[in-house]
Amino acid sequence: MLTFVIFLPLAGAAAVVLLPKEREPWSKWIAALVAAIALALVVFLFIDYDRDAGGFQFIERATWLRSDNSDFKLHYAVGLDGLSLPLLLLTSFLGLVAILISWRIDLRPREYYAWLLVLETSLLGVFSSLDFILFFLFWEIELVPMYFLISVWGSGNRIYSAWKYVLYTFFGSAFMLVGILTLGFTAGTFDIRELGQIGAIHDAIIPAWAIFSLIIIAFLIKLPIVPFHTWLPDAHTDAPTAVSVILAGVLLKMGGYGILRMSFSIMPDVAKDASVYLASIAALSILYGAMMTIIQKDLKRLIAYSSVSHMGYVLLGASAIGTVGLTGASMQMLTHGLITGMLFVLVGMVYDRAHTRNIDELSGLAHRMPFITTMMVVAGLASLGLPALAGFVSEVTVFLGTFERHEFLTTMGVVGIAFAAGYILWTIQRVFWGEADPKWAELTDATAWWERGPLLAMTAAILAIGIYPAWMMDLFEKGVGPIAERLG
Amino acid sequence: MPDIREGFVWAIMLLPLGSFAVISLLALLGLTRPPRGGGAPVWNARFSGHLTIMAVFAAFLLALWSLETVIANDNARVGFGAHEWVTVGLLHVDIGITLDGLSAIMLVVVTGVSLLVQFYSQEYMRGDEGYNRYYAFMSLFTASMLGLVLASSVLQLFVFWELVGLCSYLLIGFWFHRDAARRAATKAFLVTRFGDLGFLIAILLIWSQTGTLSIAGIQEVALTGAVSSGVITWFALGVFAGAAGKSAQFPLHVWLPDAMEGPTPVSALIHAATMVAAGVYLVARFFPVFASSEEAITTVAAIGSITAIIAALLGIVATDMKRVMAYSTISQLGYMMMGLGVGGLVSAIFHLFTHAFFKSLLFLGAGSVNHATGTFDMRRMGGLRKYMPVTFATVLVASLALVGVFPFAGFWSKDEIMADAWDDRKWVFFVALAGVFLTGLYVGRMLILTFGGEYRGGEATEHGERHGEPHESPPVMLLPLLLLAVMAALAGFANINDDFSHLLEGSVPERAHALLTEGHFRLWIAFASVAAGLSGLAVAWAVYGLKVVQPESVRNFAQPLPEILENKYYLDALYEDVIVKRGLLGGAAILLSLWDRYVIDGTVNGVARVAGWTSAQLRLAQAGQAQLYATVVFLGVVGAIAGILVVNPP
Repeated sequence: MLTFVIFLPLAGAAAVVLLPKEREPWSKWIAALVAAIALALVVFLFIDYDRDAGGFQFIERATWLRSDNSDFKLHYAVGLDGLSLPLLLLTSFLGLVAILISWRIDLRPREYYAWLLVLETSLLGVFSSLDFILFFLFWEIELVPMYFLISVWGSGNRIYSAWKYVLYTFFGSAFMLVGILTLGFTAGTFDIRELGQIGAIHDAIIPAWAIFSLIIIAFLIKLPIVPFHTWLPDAHTDAPTAVSVILAGVLLKMGGYGILRMSFSIMPDVAKDASVYLASIAALSILYGAMMTIIQKDLKRLIAYSSVSHMGYVLLGASAIGTVGLTGASMQMLTHGLITGMLFVLVGMVYDRAHTRNIDELSGLAHRMPFITTMMVVAGLASLGLPALAGFVSEVTVFLGTFERHEFLTTMGVVGIAFAAGYILWTIQRVFWGEADPKWAELTDATAWWERGPLLAMTAAILAIGIYPAWMMDLFEKGVGPIAERLG
Repeated sequence: MPDIREGFVWAIMLLPLGSFAVISLLALLGLTRPPRGGGAPVWNARFSGHLTIMAVFAAFLLALWSLETVIANDNARVGFGAHEWVTVGLLHVDIGITLDGLSAIMLVVVTGVSLLVQFYSQEYMRGDEGYNRYYAFMSLFTASMLGLVLASSVLQLFVFWELVGLCSYLLIGFWFHRDAARRAATKAFLVTRFGDLGFLIAILLIWSQTGTLSIAGIQEVALTGAVSSGVITWFALGVFAGAAGKSAQFPLHVWLPDAMEGPTPVSALIHAATMVAAGVYLVARFFPVFASSEEAITTVAAIGSITAIIAALLGIVATDMKRVMAYSTISQLGYMMMGLGVGGLVSAIFHLFTHAFFKSLLFLGAGSVNHATGTFDMRRMGGLRKYMPVTFATVLVASLALVGVFPFAGFWSKDEIMADAWDDRKWVFFVALAGVFLTGLYVGRMLILTFGGEYRGGEATEHGERHGEPHESPPVMLLPLLLLAVMAALAGFANINDDFSHLLEGSVPERAHALLTEGHFRLWIAFASVAAGLSGLAVAWAVYGLKVVQPESVRNFAQPLPEILENKYYLDALYEDVIVKRGLLGGAAILLSLWDRYVIDGTVNGVARVAGWTSAQLRLAQAGQAQLYATVVFLGVVGAIAGILVVNPP
């Protein structure tokens, strides 16, 4: 079942590509149908997951490569626990959103939708893998669709940005691969569950902290943290809207997920020692990202930098080394995915209509776009951490979890939310409020079902988590509980 | 009457919330707009007003029932269980209801004033394009404010604390097309959020130290001394930072005058009677904590005193009628903080209670004046007592209550604050007395400029209609004015038998009673405060009415004070131009972006370029010479072995 879910989008991609040229208009319908089925199946898994039992469920396992001379084996193993299941839900949800909001793509649509579906498979794979090598494979496969999506369907300096994105990730992956191999051969297994049981690592060829650093650097680049963040604004700005949504909504979470799943649960001792350093770079990212956000002129760059700041909270929560902080960190991944995904959808809609993202040129859009404005205010308020919306829940949980261990650094993180209020409200004030500008008199509001549907669904999710977070939070707690236990 | 059940108490908050939900859903479904073919929309806008009024009226009745229940229970707290909201590890966040004298009084004030304001708004907002939106936000505000009052955990309180701030933001920016309104909205949110950082950090601190988020639990901890006094002081100061932001205390008061860009009924409800008083409520709610820390309670008294005086001074030079009242509100909130700062929980909340009536009346009166003249600029008013007798009479009652003239409401509550101050900290008493004189001065000036003399013009109204001769407002607006005038005249008698005091004392834990100051009524204090107020009025009458001296010559004589006041102590300039524009946006952020582009990204691109250049050079080495390859392989193996030996010596 889980395997079927993971590879369903890939099959859909094949179907879309094989469509004859004259059937091209079908491609979006097939893609949407496949993504919708994948979402429905993940929702089924979400409901079916036995929360009382916890742990990994829906496990599927096969030996994939074996050597006759030694006991070296590679396994295909997937399964879900409380940490990966919500992220899988987020992936399949945003996967469908990405296809719907691309309804008007007319440049080589078959390839476009196919790449989006391939991307979805790789992301579902990353969050489901129970084998470190398999994880790494999915992690790398994701680069291929991303490269093509940015460089073909992007805008601006798209070739440069696509390369930058790929090379930066490769740079991190190279370290990670060395770390994985060292770790795996020392422990004699690549199975994540078994690696989680081995405790301290003493007899590796390099010290444990070096393995930890090698692996975590790839995750930190992906998150991203300052100073490894400059690929993000470039990639976001030049990527098509749907790809920005997936990039901010899901891809960055691979970094956070990796930190919790791999770095922390496999090497808890090192993680504990590194906690204060991680908290420091988290606070730095939060404030640095926030300061950079305030002065951006391009709406997409603005949201990209705000992501740098907001993903800092994930790392901050992780550095708490306790159940509350880790739950907050994982909640923050989910809520940031929804909120920032929604912000990118909205900015994309504004750009499609006004053909500019320059804040100085835009003003008074509320007169022409009441619906988009309303949605923008909701997403913006969620992003600045307004209670009753999703962002507040995760940020406050992060703060509560971290304050005891890192009083000063958490306080710096709290200061970050004042900046968030500043850049969000100032942007809304300039772009949407104000006198109606005759220059924008021809703009139309979002009226199509494929525009309103995803936005309303995202709003509902943001409200549902914000008002009664327990339904999501309990699951995350189940997921990070064993990790927190190992951390002591 | 039976005791109120928990479900009904929740309903006080949920009724207006439901009204918000219904109006917003209808708007989202497009039922509030005219259909495509033209004609009337399915949902008549006036229904939004009716729905809100009904919801708030029902909430008002339930609030009275709650108050009755508390009184029937000997003023003690009515216990309701807590409900689990979220539990993660050691973090238990429960939600529940605090129903005691303090919250019951607040419930009655909030629902009562809200009801009258919603009623008044039907006429005031008639024909406005955003009529539905207005009532949706007003419903949400009322619900959030009630939620704030009822909260039993500090995190629950914080949630509603932020939500009232959101409603304030949305309603200040209600006419979002106006530049001043959109700026004022952003400013209000940011300044109050700045204070809220302190509040949030205080919550983090207290949870990390005590593991509890319940308000009763925190009071308990403070009173038993279970945590160090440093923690208590920092917690109290953090909470006070939040309170100072919301209640517009110096130096975070700058947002409130600008907030007058919102519709006037909004100012009456949110920025006079309820939300801005939330800071006072918050300090009162945590009174046992504040009173346990000498540093914290002194800070409250000092900030309150500074605020009361500097805002009153600003009220003297403002030319906009609503801004005079905004400064007056800031100043009166300062009085409430002073009351808390001298241990006068009862007197502070009593003043909050009376102030809610006479100040919302003043604002609604200002709205009535604007309806007639189309302006808030007092230089263009004058002589309105002839055209608007009812408005004039009610505003006069409210003004006398504000100055504290016997026997109007403000007299009683202000007198109690001063009596408490005399018993606790004498310097606060003298500040308060000076403040009363200044209050008389700006109130007198406002009354004379608006209602005295001859009519001087007017302008288009807030909605853009133009009027000729000023006229009295319609009954829908006058009825709330009259009801509030009755309260402004009589509310002071609520504590004539100390009923109000007993009600509030019941909401403070037994152990904290010793911390309360019980100022005794002294006739000379009553005389002194009335005399100070009347002499303020007299000076205003002499200068602006009789023109014994020309206002201009007073102005010239007092230089540079008037100029400093007209520039609002240069605080706005300091915050906006120096700190935000020059320091943050123009300075730090620009430097950082240069650093980001040239150093950080420059390094990345530099590495790429070096790699490109190196590979171009290395390509030359791949010339097919086996000897060269062998040498490189050999060196590599040696290097690798050496490396392993260094790291792992045999």
